[in-house]
Amino acid sequence: MSVHLILFLAFGIVAVAGAVNLLVQRHPINSALSLIAVMAALSGEYLLLGAEFVAAVQVIVYAGAIMVLFVFVIMLLNAGVEEQTKGSRVALLFGVPGMLLGSLLVAWVVLKHSGTEAVMAGAMPGPPKAIADLLFHEFLLPFEITSILILIAIMGSVVLASKPSVPGGGPAKKVND
Amino acid sequence: MVPLSYYLVLSGILFACGVTGFLIKRNIITIFMSIELMLNGVNLSFVAFAAHWHVLAGQVFVFFVMVVAAAEAAVGLAIIIAVYRTRETLNIDQVNLLKL
Repeated sequence: MSVHLILFLAFGIVAVAGAVNLLVQRHPINSALSLIAVMAALSGEYLLLGAEFVAAVQVIVYAGAIMVLFVFVIMLLNAGVEEQTKGSRVALLFGVPGMLLGSLLVAWVVLKHSGTEAVMAGAMPGPPKAIADLLFHEFLLPFEITSILILIAIMGSVVLASKPSVPGGGPAKKVND
Repeated sequence: MVPLSYYLVLSGILFACGVTGFLIKRNIITIFMSIELMLNGVNLSFVAFAAHWHVLAGQVFVFFVMVVAAAEAAVGLAIIIAVYRTRETLNIDQVNLLKL
C-alpha cells in the first residue's frame, strides 16, 4: 500500500464517518460539527489530488463561512433535539436492503469498469495563477453571473430575515395579520 | 497511486448520505446541511475528474458550486428564520401550509 492510498483511506474514512454521524445525531449542533469534520477531510482529499487552492478555499469558505452561518442560525433559533417521526414500515423493510443492494451494485460496476489508471497525486497542481487565468478569461461570463447571483441572494436574505414590523418589508407580515 | 474509481465511490457515498439525510431528517436546518453534504460529494468528483483528465476547468467549476452553495445557504437560512418567526417550529412536518 502506498502512502497515497493510506492517506486517501484515512481521509475517506473520516469523511464517511462524519457523514454517517450527521445522520445519526439528533441535535443539529452535533450534525453541524460532524459536517465540519467531513469538509476538513474533503480538503485533505483535495490536497491529495493536487488541488491546493481548492483545498484552502474549502476550509476558508465552506468550513469557515458557511458552517459558521449554520451554527449561528442554530444558536439564534435555539434549536433543540429533533423530534422523531414514525416512518413507514414498508420503507424500512424494502428500502434499506434495496438501497444497500443498489449502492453495492453501483460501486462494483464503477470499480470494475473504470480501468486501473491511477490519479497521479500532484500531477496537475492547481496553482492560483492558472485557476485565475481560466476564471477571468474563459469563464468570465459565468463569473459575472455568479456575482449577480450573490448580490440577489444578499438582498433576498435581507428582505426575508428583516423584521415583519418594518413597513413594506418581510413576507411574514401577511401571515400575522 | 489511487484509482479514479475510489474517488468516485467516496463521492457517491457522501452524496447518498446527503440524500438519506434529506429524506429522513425532520429538522429543517439538518436538511439544509444534508444538501451541503450532497454538494460536497459532487465537488469531490469534480476535482477527481479534473486531476484525472488534466483539465483545470473542473476546479473552476468547484468555485461556482461553492458560490451557489453560499448563496443558497444565505437565502435558505433567512427563509428558516422567517418560518420560525411565524410558525414557532423547526420541525418540517409542522410546516404544511402548502399541503393538500
